[in-house]
Amino acid sequence: MHELSIVASVLDQLEEIRKQQPAGARFTKVGLRVGELAGLDVDCLRFGYECSVKDTPWETMALEIEEVPRRQRCPKCANEFRAANWATQCPQCGETETELIAGEELQIAFVEVDE
Amino acid sequence: MSQIVVEKKVLNENQKLAEELRAKFREHKILVVNIISSPGSGKTTLLERTLERLDKGRRVRLLTGDLQTENDAKRLAQWGFPVKQIITGGTCHLDAKMITKHLEDWPLDTFDMLIIENVGNLVCPTSYDLGEHFKIVMLSVTEGEDKPLKYPSIFVRSELMLLSKVDLLPYLSFDAELAKKNARSVHPGMEIIETSSKGNGLDTWIAWLDAKIKAVKSGELVSA
Repeated sequence: MHELSIVASVLDQLEEIRKQQPAGARFTKVGLRVGELAGLDVDCLRFGYECSVKDTPWETMALEIEEVPRRQRCPKCANEFRAANWATQCPQCGETETELIAGEELQIAFVEVDE
Repeated sequence: MSQIVVEKKVLNENQKLAEELRAKFREHKILVVNIISSPGSGKTTLLERTLERLDKGRRVRLLTGDLQTENDAKRLAQWGFPVKQIITGGTCHLDAKMITKHLEDWPLDTFDMLIIENVGNLVCPTSYDLGEHFKIVMLSVTEGEDKPLKYPSIFVRSELMLLSKVDLLPYLSFDAELAKKNARSVHPGMEIIETSSKGNGLDTWIAWLDAKIKAVKSGELVSA
């Protein structure tokens, strides 16, 4: 529901990065990293992005999204495993109180620049 | 063509403001909780019943967020503690900037606890750090037992779940044990308190807050 504000925050940060580039540098792609637990709908994010860049200098910049699945670590047997949101029990030893190690990301990973 | 490695949080600006708030709360030893739920789960009612039970000399302040109206602030203000309404004008969550703005004329050395009642929404408020020590999620028994599975992000990030309206359980087919099991499968080891406006769990909930206030005062609880 707040995907548009997320896109606005991305573009604000890119504007700051663009100012540090040589004049005429053109961003061709931006890479975002979105965790499964980030609370964002990726399709909605893509749609919000398309609407936000349309008729702006960002229009030709492609969007790449890396979706990061939830992962847990078992404190008992050190097993690290992919966990669907509710399947957090360690599949190796049965421990229920495992720790979250990935899946909350909401980051700008990179931008590609055409100089 | 070249690539610039950015590796920054998308909500960098909000994060910076939240860190500034956190530093201030730390300096003044203020416990800050951010309460999040769907609309209608009973956040305002729980807070009313909480404030009603607190000694009037307690140094507690509240910020309450809604898209429109001052209704919640009016309800909460009846109990004698300073309250401010944050009207977001359509935005579906509170952000750190709104908190900073509404704290401007509240001297931080005049209170020990700040309760933030977020906009009723289980999704968007999850992403915005307000500089709080704890997010607290409320789930009412008139919702589904599977809500923790449907909205895992907020359940993962909340220290405590308040299961509200439990006085209605005899009239519903809601399975409270299943709801708790679901919450704990999404967030292993999650603390849960059952509450109702009729008084269930309110002493436990207030004791939970008091223990956290004490831990903040003693320096035992420092938010990172």
